[in-house]
Order: sequence, then C-alpha cells, then structure tokens
Amino acid sequence: MKQTAKIIPCYAADTSGVCSALYELGGMIAVHDASGVNSTYATHDEPRWETVQSMIYVSGLTELDAILGNDEKFIADVTAAAKDQKPAFIAVCGSPMPMMIGVDFDAVAAEIEQRSDIRTFALHTNGMHSYSEGASEALLTVAREYIQPPANKIPDGVNILGALPLDFGNPAEIPAIRAWLKENGFSVISCLAAGDSLEMIAKAGNAAVNLVVSYSGLAAAAYLYEAFGIPYVCGVPFGGAFSQKLADSLRHAAETGQPESPCTFRGTSGRKIAVIGENLIAGSAAAQLGLMGYEAHLICPLPHADKLLMQGDSDAASEEEIEQYLAQMQPDAVIADPLYRFILPKDTKHIGLPHYAFSGRCFERQMQNLTGTNFEAWLRSAQ
Amino acid sequence: MQQYEKTPVLRIADADANGAFASGLEYNPPVRGMWNIVHMGMLVPEAHQVYACAQGCLRGVILTAAEMNQLDRLSWISLTEEDMFNGTLETSLVEGVSEIIEKIGHHPPMIPLFLSCMHLFAGCDFDSVLSDLSARYPDITFVDCYMTPTMRLTISPVAQCSRQLYMGLKPLPQNPKAVNLIGCDRPTDENSELLRIIRGAGLVLHDLPLCKTYAEYLQMAESRLNIAYLPTAHAALDALEKTLGIPQLYLPARFDFDGLRENYRQLCDALGIACPDFSDEAAAADAALRAAKETIGETAVAVDYTAVSRPFELAKLLCEYGFHVKYIVADAAGEDAAAFAWLKENRPDILLYSPTNVNMLHQHEHAPEKVLAVGQKAAYYFAANRFVNFVVNGGYYGFAGISAIAALMQDAYRNPKDRRPLLRHKGYGCDSCLLS
Repeated sequence: MKQTAKIIPCYAADTSGVCSALYELGGMIAVHDASGVNSTYATHDEPRWETVQSMIYVSGLTELDAILGNDEKFIADVTAAAKDQKPAFIAVCGSPMPMMIGVDFDAVAAEIEQRSDIRTFALHTNGMHSYSEGASEALLTVAREYIQPPANKIPDGVNILGALPLDFGNPAEIPAIRAWLKENGFSVISCLAAGDSLEMIAKAGNAAVNLVVSYSGLAAAAYLYEAFGIPYVCGVPFGGAFSQKLADSLRHAAETGQPESPCTFRGTSGRKIAVIGENLIAGSAAAQLGLMGYEAHLICPLPHADKLLMQGDSDAASEEEIEQYLAQMQPDAVIADPLYRFILPKDTKHIGLPHYAFSGRCFERQMQNLTGTNFEAWLRSAQ
Repeated sequence: MQQYEKTPVLRIADADANGAFASGLEYNPPVRGMWNIVHMGMLVPEAHQVYACAQGCLRGVILTAAEMNQLDRLSWISLTEEDMFNGTLETSLVEGVSEIIEKIGHHPPMIPLFLSCMHLFAGCDFDSVLSDLSARYPDITFVDCYMTPTMRLTISPVAQCSRQLYMGLKPLPQNPKAVNLIGCDRPTDENSELLRIIRGAGLVLHDLPLCKTYAEYLQMAESRLNIAYLPTAHAALDALEKTLGIPQLYLPARFDFDGLRENYRQLCDALGIACPDFSDEAAAADAALRAAKETIGETAVAVDYTAVSRPFELAKLLCEYGFHVKYIVADAAGEDAAAFAWLKENRPDILLYSPTNVNMLHQHEHAPEKVLAVGQKAAYYFAANRFVNFVVNGGYYGFAGISAIAALMQDAYRNPKDRRPLLRHKGYGCDSCLLS
C-alpha cells in the first residue's frame, strides 16, 4: 500500500508549510485543530521556534465544537487574540478535523477580517498534504497580497523565492545564497520568506529576475511572471560548476525575459547516484553531480513540477515505491536523509544529507550548507 | 496589569479553581518534557505501535519515536481524503497493518493500533478491524488505542492511553503475594515509603516501567491489588477492575503530611499488615524543607502543573515552610482544589499564569525577577536557569519524595543550569538522539 510505512517518517505536512512560510512576516497564523498538528510543527518542523517568537497558535478544537459546527468560537477566539496582539495580517488554516466537518475557511476569514479590521486570508490546508503545498499557497498569497507593481525596475535585482528552514535547515545556507547572488553581481531585493519583512517583500516587483530555490516558490514565481513579467530561474547554487551555470542562467533569463530551469541538467554516464529529496534542491544536487561526471537521478517523494522531473528521475513517494525504484536503478550511492538508511539496498553507499522537513531535529547539527564549492567539500568528506 | 481581551495572568484570589482563564487560541511553548502517547506505548516491552492518521498528526508521533532512537518499534498508515469517503476505512486498516506485520519480519506479541479523531468521526468499525486482524494473526494481541485529542475533554489522551496499554492483559490465577502499580510512566523511587511498605510485606511489585519482557507485562494480571497515585490512572484502575476483577486503591501523590499518613494507613489496611511509624521520614522531610528554605531564602518560587500532579498542594506546603511562592503556572486545580482554596485565602497575591494563553508568547522575555522554578514550564516562562527539572512527580512519592524535591530545589538554587537543551528534550527521562 502506498500509504503504509514500516519505518521511515513522513514529510512535514501542509499546515507546517504555511506556518514556516509566514513565520517572519509579522502576521498571526491560527491553525484550526485540537492540538497535535501545531505541536508537531512547533517541536519538529520549526527550528526558529525556540529563538524567534511568532504569532502561530492553535484553536484547541473540541469534540463538542466539532459536532455542533461551532465556527463562532474559532472566529471569536482569533478576533480576540488579534485585538491583543495586533498582527500585520491574519491567516487561518485547517487540519483533518475541520476538513471532516466542512469548515468554510474563506467565510471564516471574511468574518474575522470584518470584526478585527485586519487583513485576513484563508489557506486551504487539511494536514493531509505536503509542506510544499501549504508553503506554496502561502507564498503565492503573500505575493498576490503584498507585492506592488514594479515602480523602479532594478536591472540586477533578484528575489529569492521558496526559502524555508524546512528545506534549508542550516541557518547559514539562506544567507549564503544571498551572498552568492551578490558575488555574482545581483542585488537581492527580497527573500520569500526568510530574513525579510513584508515591507521588503512589497518591493519584489522591481526585480529583473527571480531565483526559485524550492517547489514552494514556484507558484509565486509563476504569478510574478504573469503579473509583472519577471522571469524566473529554478535551482540552488550547489557546487562550483552548477552555481556558475545557475548564475549564467539568471543573467540570461533577465535578458530574455523567459524562465529557465538549469536544475534539470542530468549527467548520462559515470557512477550512478540517486538523490532523494525536494524537487529543486535535490534536483540541483543531481545537476551538480552530472556536471561532476556522475549519472545522477532524482527521486522526489514530494510535490514536483512535471517539467522539473527528467527522464530517469522518479516520483516514487512511498517506502515501497522507493525501495522498488532503487532495486531497479541499482545506484552506486544514494544521497538522502539519514532516516532513509533503513530502506536502502544492501551494499549501496549511503551519503547522509539531513532534510529538516523529513527528519526534523534528529540531525540538526549535521545540516549542511552546500552553497558554492561547499558541495564538493561535503561530498569529498562524506565519501 | 496590562488589559487584555483574554488575560494570561490573574491573582489567585480572583481565579476560579475549575478554570481560571477564558479559553481561546493556544500557544505552544518550547518545553518538551511531558510524555505523549508514543513514549507511553514504548513502555510495553516488545510491542510494536501502529498509528493510522493524517500526515500532519503522524509526523509528530513518528519523530517522537525517531528522537527516542526507537523508530523500529513504530509504523504507520496515512489517511487521505478518499479514505474518508470511499468505504474502505476498515479494510485499509486491516490490509495496512497486515502489510506492516509482513514487512517487519516478525510477529510482535502486541500491536497497539492507534486510530485518530477522523476514524471516530467517520464511524470506523474498530471492533471489526481488531476482530479481522486477530483472526488473521492469532499470535498477536491487537489493542485498540486512540490518538484523539479532539475528544480530550471526554478523556485525556494520557489517561486513555494509560488505560488501553493494560488491555493486553489476560486473566491469570490470582497471586496473593503480588500487587501492581498502575499508570506510572517511570519507576517509583525505591526509597519511598510506598514501595518500602510493599517490599517490606514480602510482596511482588509489578509496574509497567519495570517490565523488561512481554512475559513480565502479562504477569501483571496475577496481582491481587492495583495501586495508583496519579490522577491519569483512574480510567485504567476502573477498566482493570472490570476486566480482570482486580480491586483498586488510589493513593494520590500528596504534599501534605497528614494526607500521606492516611494513604499509608489505607495501604496497610488493604494489605492486611501493620502500618509502620514513619515519624523519622516525616522529620527528615521537615528538615529537608527547612534546609532548602535556608538556602533559597526570599527568592521567588514558581511552580507549574507539569512538575507535579498537585501543584497547588506543593505550593501550599512550600508557603507553610516560608518559601516565597509568587507564581504558579496552571489552568485549574484538579485534585488539589482544597489547597487552591487555602492559597486563595492565605496567599491571595500569588499570580496564576496560563500555560497556553497567546499573550504568554513573550512572557519569557520580560520575566519579572529571578526565580527558582519547579517544573519546565515555569523555567521557560520565567527564564529561570535555577530550576527543578522533572515532570509528573519524577517518580517521587511520600515523605521521601518531599525530601528529594526539597533537595532538588536546593541543588537547583546552588547550581544553575542551561535550561534550553533540557527543555527541548522530548519526553523527560527517555533516550534522545538530541543528546548524542
């Protein structure tokens, strides 16, 4: 069964993606749930929880309120909390039980906005999908709500889209991507959504090009392309060769105005390596490995864009499917989170690359910053 | 005090013992020592837990097991929207559990199968699921367990889990020389009078945290008496009385000298033995409290509900010994309503803080003064590195327990510790990969 796992974890859920994407923007996020979804996020999916406070709360849904469909309690509680805390915006989202009882989050959001006089929007999670999907909707909503039409185009201006600690668990990695952009002659206008305020993000429309670093940023990138004509480039600057390719692609896209996806490059010969992980991130690692002379393929158990999955790649999602794919591929090595070790073929080299959205805090001290030539250094030390 | 729509803090004089704070959105502070149902499920030796629920709920339980380095004792089945509506809820469970059993390569003696709120709302026929699985795997005991926090006001998840974990017991001939401790998540202090009475009477003590094998777990069914001291054990006591006919004796973990003497009298009556004189132990507890007060002086003390099952009774005892108890983190009084009333009357200015109110978000950034905290939530909210680090009484009980807690307070005062790594450790006392 696709929905069964003997031992490996599941990825963070859509609610966590919403919270992670909005964490630093000064809003209040109210998750409609009894308790578990929010405590899971706070404990296992949010490395900032202990050091940076954010207005992320749970409704504490009870059996009686669920049976009676008492949305008023949720609406009144969110409104009261907003009056005490004065957030920049309010986002409401759901978990499995509200889905079961058919809570209309759009209506709830409208009601809260009317009562609180604070911009309120609904994000349509139910705890049954991946964090990427929740983050994607949240970032798209932020882009639609807050990014202003371009007023002063900045020729070398770039936004980073889809940067979440769930994917970039090493706190140095997102700053390193910013630094890499600067080294390559770009000005970072904003990063959606880590390290910048809503005011910074509002100026994102002035960019010449967007750098999309995860699936979570793709929908926002597509919106900015359609609304303001800003092209986007998909990839993460891993490794010397791929980083160069990515920088070239950014410059080229800025000139042509057309999106590009250098993270889809794959080598066709050499030792076989499987990379298990997020569409653009693990895809970029596979691309760098291709440039280093390996035949590397991506296994993406998470939501992905069809155009970013290449021949030989796989969308195997379950424990069983991944085992089957690896048995067929017979790679020499697998790059994957350490908790995948339980299902890898015997005698296959496992190169551990912790992914916060998969193993949470378990390997937090081994989270890597693979920006630029860090990638090669890490690979050498890991082999 | 600042005016809020929903205040996070009250003078105890103005608080209602049944619920001090208006319900509302809840904040989850980064304090992880309290056990959850996964930690509890691991207490049954050789059992293999299976959870069936949505991804958002599954992840917390799976990573609990992962952090405990016990991922190989837990498997899962995820639910999708379609499962709720396509009529395969029960068959998916049976087939999913069967597949897991085949994949793990051995038959565990017991599988606690945890269903979610969604199953209950969808009307899942859990009896038929268990019946089908039992027919398919007669050598495995399947126990219905629940991860149903939406129903927490009917029965708390901890109380429910505590009860269900004993449902694998099958009747045995009674052993008049055996008694059980029920509902504990950690071994009780061997130095406690409770255990000394039991051991001194030559009785065999069965206690789930002491079980090393599944056979030892099963042996609990032989006991002549079930004893418990935590309020979350009531449901288990009642269920075991009903299913196995074992009578129950509830001896709450008290912080009241007379109350403890009454507990011991009841225990000895039930065991048919003379009650020892615990004057020396009471004197030792008295001396330990005085020594701790001497050390701690006028430093403000904060107590929270995660540390002990009767926080108001502990606060009252400390007040009686002159400690400057100024803060209590708790929503309501449970069994210790009398102590709550005493504090209202005699220490009306004690401030009662909500553990979860949203306006507690920044409380730790402006702690009013240096405090000695008893409990993890108090340590977090008052930014205290001088704190006693345990949960749910820490296995301490009786006069010996009071002595131990007083000594821990003294040690906490003298030896501040870095609270962050201690507070983030999920499941106090459990193994954790965060520590390696």
